[in-house]
Parts: sequence; structure tokens; C-alpha cells
Amino acid sequence: MTFRQKHLLGIEPLHPDEIRSILDLADKYADQNRLPVQNEKVLAGLTQVNMFFENSTRTLASFELAGKRLGATVMNMAMQASSIKKGETLVDTALTLNAMHPDLLVVRHPHSGAVNLLAEKVNCAVLNAGDGRHEHPTQALLDALTIRREKGRLHRLSVAICGDIAHSRVARSNIHLLGKMENRIRLIAPPTLIPAGAANWGVEVFDDMAEGLKGVDVVMMLRLQKERMDGAFIPSTREYYHRFGLDAAKLAHAKDDAIVMHPGPMNRGVEIDGTLADDIHRSVIQEQVEMGVAVRMAAMELLARNLQVDQPKGVMA
Amino acid sequence: MTHIFTNARLINPETQTDKLGWLRVSNGKITETGAGDAPESGIDCNGKCLAPGIVDIGVKVSEPGERHKESFRSAGLAAAAGGVTTMVTRPDTMPAIDTPEVLEFVTRRANEDAPVRVRPMSALTRERQGREMVEIGFMLDAGAAAFTDCDNVVADNRVLSRCMTYARSLGALVIGHPQDPGLSKGGAATSGGFASLRGLPSVSPMAERMGLDRDLALVEMTNVRYHADQITSARSLPPLARAKANGLDVTAGISIHHLTLNELDVGDFRTFFKVKPPLRSEDDRLAMVQAVADGTIDIISSMHTPQDEESKRLPFEEAASGAVALETLLPAALRLYHAGALTLPQLFRAMSLNPSQRLGLNTGSLTKGAPADLVLFDPDAPFVLDRFKLHSKSKNTPFDGARMQGKVLGTWVGGRSVFPVNT
Repeated sequence: MTFRQKHLLGIEPLHPDEIRSILDLADKYADQNRLPVQNEKVLAGLTQVNMFFENSTRTLASFELAGKRLGATVMNMAMQASSIKKGETLVDTALTLNAMHPDLLVVRHPHSGAVNLLAEKVNCAVLNAGDGRHEHPTQALLDALTIRREKGRLHRLSVAICGDIAHSRVARSNIHLLGKMENRIRLIAPPTLIPAGAANWGVEVFDDMAEGLKGVDVVMMLRLQKERMDGAFIPSTREYYHRFGLDAAKLAHAKDDAIVMHPGPMNRGVEIDGTLADDIHRSVIQEQVEMGVAVRMAAMELLARNLQVDQPKGVMA
Repeated sequence: MTHIFTNARLINPETQTDKLGWLRVSNGKITETGAGDAPESGIDCNGKCLAPGIVDIGVKVSEPGERHKESFRSAGLAAAAGGVTTMVTRPDTMPAIDTPEVLEFVTRRANEDAPVRVRPMSALTRERQGREMVEIGFMLDAGAAAFTDCDNVVADNRVLSRCMTYARSLGALVIGHPQDPGLSKGGAATSGGFASLRGLPSVSPMAERMGLDRDLALVEMTNVRYHADQITSARSLPPLARAKANGLDVTAGISIHHLTLNELDVGDFRTFFKVKPPLRSEDDRLAMVQAVADGTIDIISSMHTPQDEESKRLPFEEAASGAVALETLLPAALRLYHAGALTLPQLFRAMSLNPSQRLGLNTGSLTKGAPADLVLFDPDAPFVLDRFKLHSKSKNTPFDGARMQGKVLGTWVGGRSVFPVNT
């Protein structure tokens, strides 16, 4: 098992073997999480702080549960409500927190690169729970685990990522991960939601769902992130749904056994048809949530192992 | 007072020559130059380069308002250490330099504290708000070198056309920051695969070309003397060359950072590489180096912009833009010389002669009668830059830890030595 990282800031710095290591361990936890009694203690005695500078329900809950299932002491800090309002900078907040000696710091921030900046200033292991439009590594890992369990492999698959790619950190992390694992990636979106230069990323770009979905194994839908949009990128949500919303007719262009994924929260009737999202034969959206806890357990355990090798608790690096 | 520099490699941007010779200075002026051995002994330059001091258009000295970032004293020392003999300072201070009174304050502070020449520029509109023009006539009388709102683009075409028309009647030089304000809003990086992967809000280089096209149309309409502060992308070069060919009184500059760094240097969100406009692609950088060589781009400047640690130690899109560069301008420019892209006379044409001529100054050359503003440097001396050794109060340089070649050995302003401090 290979995993040499001190932090999990993104998928980009990871080696394919490191990705496999996380997924293998997560696979074990996914099975274990289905058992009635949870008494894993690998993080016992360690402190996990969840620092969320941006609203989150599901990711925060998933990280909290993952830490607790492994026996860590978990603390949640809702940062929008606290010191930021009093004018404290991100780095000062980080240093303050660092002085309390956490072992694992889970951070979400609205600005790209903010988690990298924070990781430079603290001694503990930092997990990126989403920074701006940059990366959301645990989401890509849980998507990968879901695909691997559904399809039996994570290579030589054709994966379509559809929707608001411009504003999506999930898309970027998935593009890194699926590319590293040697899959074919197709991006499908209106041109205003395709980021500049995407054609040079080693992906195929489409602006037509029927064409883009032809023969794919996996369809990943993205949420239309209106809160990140500065002005209008599409004329209306109904036109968007008509042209880019996933419904049974559009899905018919994909392979017969293609699975449908969505990182949540969904806008039913905007990017995905409600009935399709609930179709247990095609949609793996609930499995994604389940794999999320397992992947986060695995990532934290691997980071904690490196932590103990590198630096005994309480000693400054 | 007379002295003679002997055994010097004379870099003359006017004649585009680079020859061993000697140079005599008396009463602050260059009185005689010659090739080969000097008629008498004097300051032995040991075959190192002697060039006209750099005239740096667009230096931000944070007085008034933010003296903790940079003062005339610290900027002046940095300039002297970097071979910059004239700082043409920016008006984007707090408050902006938009009245003769503030301009007088700046001039007095500069005279008191800076060891090099200082020529302050004035804002073009009050408070750099793009609504009403400043008292251009009074500002000229008070010594304003040029008029610019710096990176605040005057968005209203009618306002800008009036400013230009009025400035034209007084022969004032208007400096624009070509950038379409709508398209470039919020951009922290140049749009493309790299910025998109990093998830940074980005701006297309086309915003610069659109800003330039707009400005050039108004120049054609008003016939004002116009300088574009920074032209950084290849797409802007054809309209610039066309305007020059059509006889418009137009020049263009570029910062040293856009000539020596590219967008990839930002790496993992390194905010010291955040400048305005953002660093461009390598293709653009190469095109700009070529444009300096062929003269389409006239002027290289440092765009010295001091920022304190707090304003840089933030997530990339929130961090302040700009880099200090008075001291690194010459060694960074010498990278282009060592790479074989530009000759030393070409470099000093862009750093000394052209800016001086554009502002109507008489410095920037080694010609008889010119003020003895000189820099002596060893183009080959290697060093590793340590940002904490810079004279600037702010240490925000993208070249921290960089391997550089080229050290300033001495700087003279009007024949008087200003660097090193004790000789």
C-alpha cells in the first residue's frame, strides 16, 4: 500500500497507486459500515477539526461521521458565523487553531487555493473538503469508488461529465482522477459553462447531450451552481433543462447499463429528471453518499498513519 | 568637479553600440567619451558595463497614505541599488495625486528623502474615479510628468475623450491601462487551461486588446500623446503596430515580469506572482520579447508595486496584485540578454533612452551634454536573490530564491554617487 502525502489538498498531486490505496481501504470500510456494530479505533486519541467557511450539510455530516466511526474526537467549526466576521484573516485563524494541536483539519473554503495556503501554515494533516472551483478530492474519490464497485473496474471506461463544469471543483477533481486512471472523459455543457482551455486537458468537449452521451459507461451530472455565477451564463433554467437536463430520452444514447451519478444536492427538473434520479436501476446517487463516508474514513486513516511517522503529537515540525 | 570612468564597456542605446572606452563627467554632465584607453586614470571599471541610468515609468511609492509599504527613502534606496536613476511615480496613492497641493507634497518628500531623481505623475481624473478631469494645466505647472489613472480604466468614453482633447492642447502625455473593464472584472489570472484547472477567476487577453482598440480610436480622434502602460499579449501587437504606422503619437510599455515570467509560475497559488494584468502564456511572453527587440514595444518598466505581507497572505483571488521590482529590474532584464533575445543596447533603449525621450527628459543616453545619470554593472555576476535583503520596505518579489545574473556595482545621479552608499 502506497500513500506518501502529508495532506490531501487535491487529486492532482496524487499518484495512481495512492488513489488505489485509498480506494482499497475505503472498499473495506464500505463493507464494514454496513455491519450493525461500529467499533473501529484507528483514530482514537486524535482530534479532527472540521472548519467550514462555506455552507455544507452533506459533506460536513459525512466527514463528521467518518471521524467518529474511527474513534477520533471531532469538532465542527462553522466559520461563516465566527471570527471571519470580526476581520481575522484566514492565516490567523489557521494559526490560532494550530495552537490547539489538532491532528486532522478538514477545510472547505469559497476561494480556490485557500486550503493550500492554510496547509502551509499548520502542522497537522489538512484535508480539502472543497476550495472554490479548484478541487474537491474526496468527492472524486467517492465517485471513483462508486464506479469501481458498479462497473468492476476504474479504467478504460467512457465517462461523461455534464453541466456546470466552469464552476465545479467536483468536475476538476474528477477530470484529474479519471484521467490518471486512464479513462476517456467527455465534457458536455453549453459553451458558457465550459472553462477556457478545457480542450487542452485531454478530454473531449461537446455541447450536445445526444452526441456527447453516445456509448458512455458513466454519466456524471453536475449541479447548476447559481451561487457561484456572476451574471447569467444560460438564458433560463427551462431552456437549460430542455437542452442539457438528463432524462430517459437523453440517457438512451448512453450504453444500456450506463450509471447515473450526481454529487448532490440535486436540482430536480433543472439538471436531472426526478424520476430518473430515483431509478434504482440507473441512478447510484445514494451509493455515492454511502461511499463518501467510507472514502473519508480511508483518507483520514492514511493521513493519520503518515502523521504518526512524521511527527509525534504536540511536537512542532 | 570632474571624474573619468576608464576601461568601461560603454552601453550606448542611442548609437546601439557596446564598446570598450572611457567617459568623462564634469559638473554633473557627460562631457566627453572615447574608445579604447583613457587619456588619464580615473574610476577603473575593469571592463564592466557602464550604461545610462534607468528611467522607470510607473513606480508606486506608497506616499502619501501607506508609508509602511514604501517611502521615498526606501524606494529611492532600492532604485539606487537597482541602477534606476529616475523614478516616474504613480498617482494611485491614498489620496490620489490629483491636486497641485498633493503633487507639491510628493515633490517635497521626494526631494528630501530620495537619492535618485523623482518625476511624479498626476491622476487623469479626480480621485481616479473616471468622472472629472484633474486640473491638467496646474498639474503640468507643478511638474507632473504624465497623466494616468493607473489601473482604474476610465470607462466612460466621453470623459476620456474630453480629458484627451484637453491634454492635447497642453501637450500633456496621457498614459492608459488598456483593459476592457467589463471583460476583465474580477480576473486574477489569464484565461486558459492552467487558470481553469486552478479554478481561478480569469480574464481573456482579448480584454487588453479591446481596451487598446478603444484607446487608439480616441487617440485618433483627439491626437493626444498617448502611452499604453502595459501591453502584454500578442493579440494587442497588430493594432499597436498599425497605430504607429499611421503616425499616431503612440508608445507602449511592458513590465519586466511579463517579459520574464509566465502564467505557470503561479504554481500552487503563489500570490507574489499575482500582478496586473495577470501573467500571460509562454507564447505571449515570447511574442513580447520579440516586440521589444523590434521596437513595437518601446519601454520596459518595473511596475514596482509594494504590498505588505498581510495583503499577499490571502487566498489568491483575494490577495493584492503587484510586485516590488526596482532592484530586480536590471538582473531580470539581463536574463533576456543572457538568453540571447536582446542585446544590452536594446535593453537600455527600452529602459533608459525611450522612457526619457517619451517624457521629454534629457537623460537616458551617453551623449555629450546629457546629465551623468549612470549605472555600472557586472552583467555576469551570479547571485541568489534573498527578498529580505531588498531595500524596499515591502518584500513582495516573485524572484525570491531565484538564481540571477547581473549585479549593480555603482549608480550615479548627476555625477554624484548614490550607490553603493559609502563611496
